[in-house]
Amino acid sequence: MSELIRKDASVLAGLVSSGEVSAVEVAQAHLDRIAVVDGDVHAFLHVDTEGALASAAAVDAKVKAGEKLSVLAGVPLGLKDILATNGLPTTCGSRVLDGWIPPYDATVVTKLREAGVVILGKTNMDEFAMGSSTEHSAFGPTHNPWDLERIPGGSGGGSSACVASFEAPLAIGTDTGGSIRQPAAVTGSVGVKPTYGGVSRYGIVALASSLDQAGPCARNVLDTALLHSVIAGHDPMDATSINAPVPDVIAAAKRADIKGMKVGIVKELGGEGYQAGVRTRFEESVALIESLGAEVVEVSCPSFPAALAAYYLILPSEASSNLAKFDGIRFGNRVGDDGTKSVEQVMSETRAAGFGSEVIRRIILGTYALSAGYYDAYYGQAQKVRTLIKQDFDAAFAKVDVLISPTAPTTAFKIGEKLDDPLAMYLNDVATIPVNMAGLPGMSLPIGLAPEDNLPVGLQIIAPAMADDRLYNVGAAIERELLAKWGGPILGMAPELAGA
Amino acid sequence: MAEATMNYDEAISKFDPVLGLEVHVELGTNTKMFCGCSTVFGAPPNTQVCPVCLGLPGALPTLNKIGVESAIRIGLALNCEIAEWCRFARKNYFYPDMPKNFQTSQYDEPIAFEGYLDVEIDTDEGRKTFRVPIERAHMEEDTGKNSHVGGATGRIHGADYSLVDYNRAGIPLIEIVTKPITGTGKYAPEVAKAYVAALRDILRGLGVSDVKMEQGSLRCDVNLSLRETPESKLGTRSETKNVNSLRSVERAVRYEVTRHAARLAAGDSVVQETRHWHEDTGISTSGRAKSDAEDYRYFPEPDLLPIAPSREWVEELRAALPENPAVRRARLVADWGLSEIDMNTVVNSGALDLIVEAVDAGVEPAAARKWWTGELSRIANDRGIELEELPVTPAHLKRLEELISAGSLNDKLARQALEGVIAGEGDIDAIVAARGLAVVSDDGPLLAAIDEALAADPAVAETIKSGKLAAAGSVVGAVMKATRGQADAARVRELLFEKLGVSE
Repeated sequence: MSELIRKDASVLAGLVSSGEVSAVEVAQAHLDRIAVVDGDVHAFLHVDTEGALASAAAVDAKVKAGEKLSVLAGVPLGLKDILATNGLPTTCGSRVLDGWIPPYDATVVTKLREAGVVILGKTNMDEFAMGSSTEHSAFGPTHNPWDLERIPGGSGGGSSACVASFEAPLAIGTDTGGSIRQPAAVTGSVGVKPTYGGVSRYGIVALASSLDQAGPCARNVLDTALLHSVIAGHDPMDATSINAPVPDVIAAAKRADIKGMKVGIVKELGGEGYQAGVRTRFEESVALIESLGAEVVEVSCPSFPAALAAYYLILPSEASSNLAKFDGIRFGNRVGDDGTKSVEQVMSETRAAGFGSEVIRRIILGTYALSAGYYDAYYGQAQKVRTLIKQDFDAAFAKVDVLISPTAPTTAFKIGEKLDDPLAMYLNDVATIPVNMAGLPGMSLPIGLAPEDNLPVGLQIIAPAMADDRLYNVGAAIERELLAKWGGPILGMAPELAGA
Repeated sequence: MAEATMNYDEAISKFDPVLGLEVHVELGTNTKMFCGCSTVFGAPPNTQVCPVCLGLPGALPTLNKIGVESAIRIGLALNCEIAEWCRFARKNYFYPDMPKNFQTSQYDEPIAFEGYLDVEIDTDEGRKTFRVPIERAHMEEDTGKNSHVGGATGRIHGADYSLVDYNRAGIPLIEIVTKPITGTGKYAPEVAKAYVAALRDILRGLGVSDVKMEQGSLRCDVNLSLRETPESKLGTRSETKNVNSLRSVERAVRYEVTRHAARLAAGDSVVQETRHWHEDTGISTSGRAKSDAEDYRYFPEPDLLPIAPSREWVEELRAALPENPAVRRARLVADWGLSEIDMNTVVNSGALDLIVEAVDAGVEPAAARKWWTGELSRIANDRGIELEELPVTPAHLKRLEELISAGSLNDKLARQALEGVIAGEGDIDAIVAARGLAVVSDDGPLLAAIDEALAADPAVAETIKSGKLAAAGSVVGAVMKATRGQADAARVRELLFEKLGVSE
C-alpha cells in the first residue's frame, strides 16, 4: 500500500504543487486504499473513480502550466452524502432519495472543486443526519477503523471513518448537534463545526436549518484549518451566511500558543454519566493546558441540562417541515404509483417506504410539537431555552477565551448496542448540542485512548461566534504536546485494517 | 347543483351581511420572491424554474428586496402601519403545486397592518363613502399551477391525470386582508366591488402589479356571513374563491347573501367551507370543507433573516408615493370639467395617465381625451397592444391640435397624420408634408367638385332648395371623397348653399 495515504493533507498539497508527486498518483493511492478496506469499513456510499481521477488530472495540468494552486489542490476528500453534487448521487443515507442525481452543486462543493480538491466520493451517514452512530443509514452501517464491531459516531460516521482509515486525508461533515465532533472523538480524528453562518448551507440537504453547519474533518489541526479556509466565507445564496471576513484559522493553527489565555471548564458537561477513561484523559488535558501557561477556571452554564430536551423539540420541528418535500412527486424514489391511487396516497406510500424508523420518529415528534395548541408549550418553550443557553455562553465568554469539555460521554460503543434505545443514543450528543443551539464554533481534538478500552477520547473546544481561529490555536498547542508524548499521530496506534 | 336562495331584498330585510375580502396581488417584480427566476407570464411550462423554486433538496431562499419595497409601499398606500421587525413563516401542508410542501409566507408578523381604504358608492341618498378597515398586508410566495387533464370539468375529480407548472411557484404575492366589514347593509355587493376596484387603481398607480384579474395577477376571495341584527355576534362564513372580475365580486356577494339567507331562514346552519364561483352560471358550489382546525403548523422560517425596515426608508417610500387615485380622480374631474361617466370611460380605457401627460404638455383636456379614448384606443385594440405601446407622444398631439385650430388639418387628415406617426414616418410636420396632408381652402377646386357632385345627382339640388337641408350631406360627402378628404367640410357646405341660394 502506498505511503501517500498516511501523509498529511498539507504535505500532499506540497508534493503535488512541487511536481514531486502527481495528483493522479495521490488520488489513485486513495482509491486503491478504498478498494481494499472499504468492504470492511463501509465509509463510502458512492466512489467516483472517474471524476476523482479527472479532477486530479486537471490539477496536474495546472502544475505543468505553472499556475498558482490553492492550499489543498490535488488532495483527496470524502464528501458527506448530504451535500448536493451535480451529476453524482446524493442520498442522505435514505431510500427516499435513492437514484436522485442533483442538477447542481452545493456552494461548499463548488469551492472544493475550484480549489482543486479531489472528491473521491460520497460518505455514509445516518439517514438525513439523524443519529449518532451511522447505524441509521438505509445502506448499512459504517464500521469504526479502531474496532470494526464498533460505531464510527454519527451522523457523519462515513466522513470520520474514511479519514481514520486512511481512505482520505480530508472529509466534509455536517454538524447539527454534534455530527462532526462526536464522530471525530470516537475515531481519533479532528473535526470542527464552524460558527453558524460561517460556511454556506446552500446545497446541503437541511435537517434543522437553524442548527445545521458544514465543517472540516482531518487527522490533524493544520489540515483541518486548511480545509476550513477553503470552504468558509460569505455566500449570497444563503441568507443566513455571515458577511464578514473568515477568521484566519491557518495562522492560528500555526501559532499554537495559549500562554496567558483563560480556559473555562463547563461544570455541567462532565462528571456523572461520563466514562471513567474519558474523564481521565480530559483531566490530563486540563493539566496540560495549565502547563502551557493558560489559566483554567470552572464556569457554570446552568441552562445546559435543559439543552438536550429543547434540541429534541427544535430539531424535529424544523426537520418535519424540511423533509416534507420528499414526497416522490418531483424527484427521488416514488412508491405505489400504479395509476389507480390519488396523489395523497402516493405521497404517503412513498414516505412510509422511503423513510427509516428514526426519521419517521422525528417527523412525528416535530409535527406534534408544531401543532396548534402545542406550539407554545413545546416549540415556544424550546426557543426560550435556546435563548437561555446563549446567555449562559455569553456570561461564560465574558470570563474566559475558550470553553472545554469532553466531546462525547463515552468512547465508541458496539454496533447495535443502543439502536433500540433512542434516549441512550441521544445522550451521546449531550455535550455538543449546546454549541449548535448557540451557533458557536466547536472542535473535537483527540487526546488519547481510554485506559479501559483503548479507544479514542475527544476534547471539545468551544469559542465565541466568529472566533473560530481560537479553536485552532488551542487545538494546535495541545496537539503539539500530545504528538511529542505519543511519538506520532494517535491514528498510528490504531490496529491495521485487513487489507493494509 | 344550485342551492336554494332567497330574494335579495327579502334576505337583506331579515339579515345583516358582514363582508371580508382577501385579495392576492402578484407583484410585477422581474424576479421571483426567493430566487432569480423570471416572472414573465405565459412562458412554456417549467422553463422559469431553478433548484430554489423547485424546492430541490439543499436549495435555500434569498429575499427579493424589491418585493419587500413593494409590500411596504402597498401598506403605506393603504394607510397601514409598517412593522419595525417581522419575519416569514412556513405554512406547512402537502399539495403537489407546492414544491417544498410548505409555503413561505408571513403569519403573525405581517409587514403592514391596521390600515383602511375609503371607497365611494352610489346610494339612495347619493354618493357615500365607506371606510373599509384593513387588517394586514403580508408577503408570501405563489404556488405552482395544476392543470387537470381529461374529465369534463377541468377540475381534479374525474381527471385522467394532472400536470404541474412551477413557473408561477415563488412569484411574489401580497395578500391584503380586510377586517370584517360591517354597516354596509344592502350595499354589501357594491362596497365589495368598489373596494376591489379602488384597490386595483391604487396598485396600478403604485406600479407594483399589472393587476389583471383575468390573468390571475389580482385574485379575490369573498368571505361572507349573515347575522340577524348588527348587534348579533358574527355568523358562520363561507369563503368564495375564483372570483375573477369586478362584476363577479359584486355578483358573488349578492349570491352568497341570498344563499345564506335561504339556509338560515330554513333553520339550517351555514357550513364553513371554501366555495368555487362560476362566472357563467352566477352561482357558487361547495369546494373542500374548511374548518378552523386545519393546522398549518406555522413556525418562523429559519432560512431567512428577520426583516427590519428602517424608519428612514419607510418615510422615503411614503414621501415618494403617488397621489391616491381616488383623490386624483376627483381633482381631474373638477379640473377637466368631466362627468363621472366620462371619467369612468377614461379610467376604463386605461388612458388616464396618457391624457394627463398630454394635458401637462399643453393639449386641451377635451382633445387629449378624444384622441386617447377614441382613435388611438381603436388602433391599439385592433392591434391587440396596450395604449402605452403606441409611439404617440404628447408633443405629437400638441402639434396636431395646433394644425387643426389653424384650419390646416381637419379631423380626417389628423387621423391620417397619426397613422403616419404610428408607422414611424417622423414628426407631424414631416408627415403632413410627405403625405401632402392639407385642407383645400381654395374655393376654385371646391366649386368644381360641387358642380361635379350636383351633376352626378341632379335631383339633390332641388331637394335642398325645397328646404331639406340634410340632403346637403351627400353632396359634401361626395366632395370630400373627390378631394380625398382634404376639403374643409364646413366651407364646402357654405359654398353649396351660396350656390343654391339657400340660407341655413
